[in-house]
Amino acid sequence: MRIAIASGKGGTGKTTIAVNLAITLAEQEPIQFLDCDVEEPNAHLFLNPQFEDRQAVVKLLPEVDEGKCTHCGACAEACEFNAMAVLRDKVLVYPELCHGCGRCRMVCPANAIREVPHELGIIESGSARGFPFSHGLLNVGEAMATPIIHTLKEGLDTERTAILDAPPGTGCPTIAALANANIALLVTEPTPFGLHDLRAAVGVARALDVPVAVVINRDGIGDDQVTHYCHKENIPIMLSIPFDRQIAFLYSEGTVLVDAQPEWKDKFLALAAQMKGMTA
Amino acid sequence: MKSILFLSGKGGTGKTSLAGAFAVLTNDKVLADCDVDAANLHLLLAPRVVNEGVYQGANLAVKDDDACVRCGRCHEVCRFHAVSSSYEIDPYLCEGCGACVTACPADAIKLVIQDTGRWFTAESRLGPLAGAELLPGEETSGKLVAHVKQKAAELSEAAKAEWLLIDGSPGIGCPVIASASGVDVVVLVTEPTLSGLHDLRRVLGVVNHFSIPAFLVTNKEDLNPAVAKEIGTYAEEEGLPLLGGIPYDPKVTKAMVAGRSAVEEDGSPAGVAMREIFARLMEAIA
Repeated sequence: MRIAIASGKGGTGKTTIAVNLAITLAEQEPIQFLDCDVEEPNAHLFLNPQFEDRQAVVKLLPEVDEGKCTHCGACAEACEFNAMAVLRDKVLVYPELCHGCGRCRMVCPANAIREVPHELGIIESGSARGFPFSHGLLNVGEAMATPIIHTLKEGLDTERTAILDAPPGTGCPTIAALANANIALLVTEPTPFGLHDLRAAVGVARALDVPVAVVINRDGIGDDQVTHYCHKENIPIMLSIPFDRQIAFLYSEGTVLVDAQPEWKDKFLALAAQMKGMTA
Repeated sequence: MKSILFLSGKGGTGKTSLAGAFAVLTNDKVLADCDVDAANLHLLLAPRVVNEGVYQGANLAVKDDDACVRCGRCHEVCRFHAVSSSYEIDPYLCEGCGACVTACPADAIKLVIQDTGRWFTAESRLGPLAGAELLPGEETSGKLVAHVKQKAAELSEAAKAEWLLIDGSPGIGCPVIASASGVDVVVLVTEPTLSGLHDLRRVLGVVNHFSIPAFLVTNKEDLNPAVAKEIGTYAEEEGLPLLGGIPYDPKVTKAMVAGRSAVEEDGSPAGVAMREIFARLMEAIA
């Protein structure tokens, strides 16, 4: 089973849910943890993994041999991302716009383009608390997060229950993390912002045919519109965590909730059981 | 006109709450919500849409199965694993690059432009607003962000506005980079948690990469004084001016539920702190 923890709105508690679920579930069955928030991964701050492997994720950038180039303009015309411009005696490549698709090389009649690897980020993998842990890190200044998420997901092991900590939002990185999940567990807070972004996240998960369930975090801080929405949409609310300064403090210093307050383990086991019941 | 962009790295630190406060306190401004994945600023503004449209931001490769000769060239050339071994194109994996179109000997594939988002301009209780939202399951948030910025620039031009306030998205990738291009000042909003500090380092890296002057605000500063101090030390080392801290205050959420900013609530400690932060920023850049 692949459980993706997502949210729409950032800072609702995805990592808290993912980490506590992973630690609790690991006592019962083989699991693995993939932190798919490659822009701002945080799970390692709580799980303190030992990394054994480091892998670069690259895209291929065109490099033009000006000696061979006839400046015909075919490459720039073929590029759907405006990543190339052909001047009278020079070809400009804009690395930040290039998707590394290779179409420019395919269309070049003079065979003047070769491709060189450009690092987008890295994958680090190892183990934490006895289970496999991996995360991706987008290099600072790079825009394309999805190739790193796709590479990270190549490490999925069908023998293990996978917990995927997804990035916030609803765009490409979220889609890459949610694709092919058995369930999207959407973490929200009971506020107008939380509700608005929950709707957006539900929209994405449904577009991808991934079943959804909700966790309400910081319950009590706002209003009850999230609960109404979930009832109306027939989305199960599988766990509510009350707003509690002590829980917020534990998070702030990198302490895992179930380590400090083991009574929460039963709640996370019940959460896992509900998800299994839903996807069975 | 000067533009101020709110970023945070980590989500949920209070970018939109602070942007909303600045919207109340700034005269003569236009607002832009560039968090097109999860736009929230309008929830504080009671906007009335003036103009709106569909944004077509991406191509999708579409195959004519009758014309397909099943040679497999599309599957071979696609670097995004979007063409399956049975030559079906996955719309979520397709980047719209057209490599398959070039490779197909039977002219069976063409690129079709897709509706990926909706943009709007609005009048609001706090001034003109430009924003957008991605359609469910659509991508290209970076290009949509650039489109919103263009609409906001048009609004600013029309209004001869002195300020443009831009609410950004979490993370450090495509939408953040698109929102940061050409802005005058970035306000980074963090919180005193290990995650907040970790993510601040990365987003500051992006802001420095583009050489944009930045200022720091620590929200919920009293949650963990030790980490708050660590953030202060880090900011000093990096030469990142700290505009101040905002105490945890339930009135921020109360105000949000009512569609307002904390600076509009009587006796809100967070509102008072936000006013001080605003004054300090204005002193520094105006």
